[in-house]
Amino acid sequence: MQALEYVAPASLDEAVAALAKHGATARVLAGGTDVIIQAREGRRQVGVMVDIKGIKEATSFSFGSDGSLTVGAAAPCARLYGDAEVQKRFPALVDSASLIGGIQIQSRASLGGNLCNSSPAADSIPTLIALGGVCNIIGPSGKRDVPVEDFCTAPGQNVLQAGELLVSITFPAPAANSGAAFERFIPRNEMDIAVVNAAASVALSADGSKFESARIAVGAVAPTPLYVKAAGDALAGKPVSEATIDAAAAAASDAAKPITDMRGSAAQRKHLAGVLTKHVINTAIARAKGA
Amino acid sequence: MTGRTYVSARINGEQRDFLVEPRQSLLETLRDELGMTGAKEGCNNGNCGACNVIVNGSLVNACCVLGVECNGAEIVTIEGVADGETLHPLQTSFLENAALQCGICTPGFIVAAKALLDKEPDADEARIRHWLAGNLCRCTGYDKIVRAVLDAADDMRRAPAKA
Repeated sequence: MQALEYVAPASLDEAVAALAKHGATARVLAGGTDVIIQAREGRRQVGVMVDIKGIKEATSFSFGSDGSLTVGAAAPCARLYGDAEVQKRFPALVDSASLIGGIQIQSRASLGGNLCNSSPAADSIPTLIALGGVCNIIGPSGKRDVPVEDFCTAPGQNVLQAGELLVSITFPAPAANSGAAFERFIPRNEMDIAVVNAAASVALSADGSKFESARIAVGAVAPTPLYVKAAGDALAGKPVSEATIDAAAAAASDAAKPITDMRGSAAQRKHLAGVLTKHVINTAIARAKGA
Repeated sequence: MTGRTYVSARINGEQRDFLVEPRQSLLETLRDELGMTGAKEGCNNGNCGACNVIVNGSLVNACCVLGVECNGAEIVTIEGVADGETLHPLQTSFLENAALQCGICTPGFIVAAKALLDKEPDADEARIRHWLAGNLCRCTGYDKIVRAVLDAADDMRRAPAKA
C-alpha cells in the first residue's frame, strides 16, 4: 500500500482540523472495508487516514425524544442490527445492514461508510432514502444538512467538499401505521453485489385501507441510487390494492436508467426494478399492519 | 507520522508491544511484524475470510483493518484457539471430518466458527451456513466444513469446560 499517515481525532473539532490540515489527500476512515482496499489497490489516493472511530457522535446511535434515530457515520452494521429497538422501529435498516458483506464486513462496515463510498449499487442507500434520512455534515464553515437522496452525485462521488465530514444520519420517527422494507436481487444467496435493489417506506390510514404517503428508492439502475418520487406519489392517497402497487412499480421501472454489465442486462434491471419495488411495498404494508 | 508507530495490544491473552507503519494492515502486522502466520492472505480485499481474527469480540477480516487501529485492542488469532497442546473442539472436529484439503481457508473458518459458537452455542445448520458465507473454500464444497462445525458445537455443548 502507498505510504500514509494515520490520525485519530478524539472530537469533531479535531477531525475538522485534521481534514483542513491535510487537504485533499485526507480520507475519513470508518470501518475501512472500502477505503483500506481502495488505498491498497491504488483506486483512491490516500495520504492521511483520519480515523473517526474515537469520536462519540460518529460511532454511537441513539433515539431522540421524538422517536427519531440518529446513527453515527462509523457505527458498525452489526451493532445496529443487533439492537432490539432498531429491530422494532427500523426493520428496513436491519434488512440493509445485515446483508452488506458477510459478518466479518458487518463487524466494521457502517451505513455512513456505505453512503460516502457512494456506489450506485450500495445496499443501504435506497433504505436511507426511503426512510427520509438526512446527512449531518460538519466542515470548516460549520454544519449543514443534506437529504440522503441528494448526497450521491456520481459513482463514487458525493456532495462532501474538501474538509467536510459526514457525522451521522438522522431518520425521522416512523409515522403511525407505517412500515418499510429493503430487498436486493442477486443470483446467489449471500455476499454479492446487487443486480438491483429497492426500498420502500409506506404510511397507511388507520384502517389500513389506503396509503397516506410513501417513499420509494431503487439502486444499481443509474449512476446513483435513485429516489423515485413518482412511485411514492402513485401510492399517496390511493387505496391499498394490487393496481395501485403495480402503478408504483411501473413508475420505479420507468425511472430506472440501467446499463448492461456482467451482473445483468439493462432490460433485466428495468424489469427487476419493478418487481423488487412491488415486493418491498408489500413487505412494508405487512410491517405497517404489524405482521 | 508516516514512520513506524507504537502499538500495544493483547494478542491471545498476551500483552504485545510493537511498531507498525500506518499503511500496514493488521494481517501484515501479524504476519510480517509479529511472525504469526496462522492468519492467511487469500484475496487481501475482504472477500475470502482466510485472514479472519477476532478483535474486541468481533469477527473481522484482518486485511481490512490497519495495525495502527489496534492500540489497546484484544485480539484472538488462530494461534490462540488451541489450549497449549490440546486442540480446540473445532480443530479436532475439522480433522475428524476431513473438513479441509489445501488448508489455506481453514484458520479463517475455525476462527469464524469459534466467533459464532462463543456467542451462539446452539447455532443450527442454516445459521452456520449463513455465518460462514464470508469464508470461501475452493476445495471442499463446504459440506464437510459445516458438518465439522455442527459436530464441534455438539461436543462443546456436552463438555463446555473443554471449550
